[in-house]
Amino acid sequence: MSTSTSNAGSAAGSALRRGRRRPVDSTVKVLLVAAALVSVATTIGIVIALAQPTVGFFQQVSIVEFVTGTSWTPTFAQKAYGVLPLVAATLTVTGVALTIAVPLGLGSAIYLSEYANPRTRKVLKPIIELLAGVPTVVYGFVALFALNPLLQRWWPTDNGPAFQNLLIAGIAMGIMIVPTIASISEDSMAAVPRSLREGAYALASTKMQVSTRVVVPAAMSGIVAAVVLGISRAVGETMIVTIAGGLTSDRIVLNPLEGAATMTAFIANISSGDIPVGSLDYDSVFAVGALLFLITFALNAVSIRMVRRFREVYE
Amino acid sequence: MNPTDTTIRPGVSIAGVGTPSTGAPRSDAADPVMELSGVSVYYGAYEAVRDTSMPIQEKQITAMIGPSGCGKSTILRSLNRMNDLIPGARVSGAVTYHGQDLYAKDVDPIEVRRRIGMVFQKPNPFPKSIYDNVAYGPRVTGMKVSSMDDLVERALRDAALWDEVKDKLKTSGLALSGGQQQRLCIARTIAVRPEIILMDEPCSALDPIATAKIEDLMSELSNDYTIVIVTHNMQQAARVSHYTAFFTAEVDEQQERHGRLVEFSQTGKLFTNPADKRTEDYITGRFG
Repeated sequence: MSTSTSNAGSAAGSALRRGRRRPVDSTVKVLLVAAALVSVATTIGIVIALAQPTVGFFQQVSIVEFVTGTSWTPTFAQKAYGVLPLVAATLTVTGVALTIAVPLGLGSAIYLSEYANPRTRKVLKPIIELLAGVPTVVYGFVALFALNPLLQRWWPTDNGPAFQNLLIAGIAMGIMIVPTIASISEDSMAAVPRSLREGAYALASTKMQVSTRVVVPAAMSGIVAAVVLGISRAVGETMIVTIAGGLTSDRIVLNPLEGAATMTAFIANISSGDIPVGSLDYDSVFAVGALLFLITFALNAVSIRMVRRFREVYE
Repeated sequence: MNPTDTTIRPGVSIAGVGTPSTGAPRSDAADPVMELSGVSVYYGAYEAVRDTSMPIQEKQITAMIGPSGCGKSTILRSLNRMNDLIPGARVSGAVTYHGQDLYAKDVDPIEVRRRIGMVFQKPNPFPKSIYDNVAYGPRVTGMKVSSMDDLVERALRDAALWDEVKDKLKTSGLALSGGQQQRLCIARTIAVRPEIILMDEPCSALDPIATAKIEDLMSELSNDYTIVIVTHNMQQAARVSHYTAFFTAEVDEQQERHGRLVEFSQTGKLFTNPADKRTEDYITGRFG
């Protein structure tokens, strides 16, 4: 304000000045920043905690042996540290899970977004999302003691699925990640502008054509994100594979009807036994953990890139 | 009013038809390709437009004008059953296309929309390449085409867009300017060779130059297509159309607004010698 300001003017000016600080506001801000920092700090902490034993492990086992060896037997007398059996089992289970979850998840999403009337959607979507809240240990036991006996009974040939096997673990895991894929894909399809659907209908499209040729491609970024998140969950899932997936790791198992240890199943198993801190066995857990972390990290990076690539600007 | 009465009585409730003046309207325009008879459109219990009767003449441009909320877009959307997509929307009265009731039980709305296409207010190209946008309709309708490339080129030429996009057919339709996007949407519509093109305020999101291009294009297209355009721009209606329908919104005893057709006439007559006082007030700017 200029020097010619009258008394009335300065009175009006002072009314706008900060009368008092708002302590609640600044406290809340500090708390919120702290909350955000905790998750960042946790991630950094995980990297640090993984790094030291992992480095210790690779001082005794060459990286080449680790990534090319075809036998993983840290608990055997004849020790071998080739991680490929664990990776192969993880890939197999994830593959089975995606074969189940992508069609079911996308199908549910298309139904909910394009076909279901609003009232049905309002009831069904929370129910599907509820499936995501079922503890994975329940999926594991259902797979082992309910689904697998059925699978064994119905199997057409003699050499059917083993007591624990990758197929049944993958099926259970697939059912587990259906809600993830369905829910995120549906959100993404619901965000496709109505004008695109109208444009497609006006060109004599059937409902199915509108869904598959316009809505799904336009929602592709969200669908890809949903699938990658599903893969992340499958790769990191532990309980189902520990219970129902089997423990073989001395050779690469390619037959999904046999059991084999995934990376997570190995970590869970060996961690529940007595292993001396600082031993090679102990360090091997962290080496596998670090690999798992890298894979998940890479998946997330890929997903971010894919989401950018497929992102469509509607206006 | 008898909503099931499908008798078509041109000249009774419709002024001006059959008395062509000089200028654009064809002299043989007495045989309409579409006919609305006592059409009312409801959203649930609410009657959005009541008792509309008017013809759509073949290979002519029919404009629908009127203030906001007068139901002109609602009526337009009833012409190719786009209202079907709105839950609770219902049409009474008769909309006939070559004498066939579009709302008869055995009529397939997909077939209706293949013959009666639509261009929307906001350009809505698909997030696909320019080529795929144009090829979309022929593909989904299973049109037998000897060469899709030729069909795409033809449609883009007819929409006066070919020269601007011929070198970038693989780029996204969304990379075009607003006016180009709207012409792409027109190309996409004519690619399925409809008989009638409905346009819902196709220029309202465009600048004057792009608007002029679309208007030229409409005149060009009316050689081959029947066009119905909704516009809130009276000058546009006066410039491009052969026939004009003026709608207004009436407020009833319950304070509900209902759209109503006031006057339908040849465009020249409606703008120079309107029969209804409300039309005159609107076109002279005293109302609306």
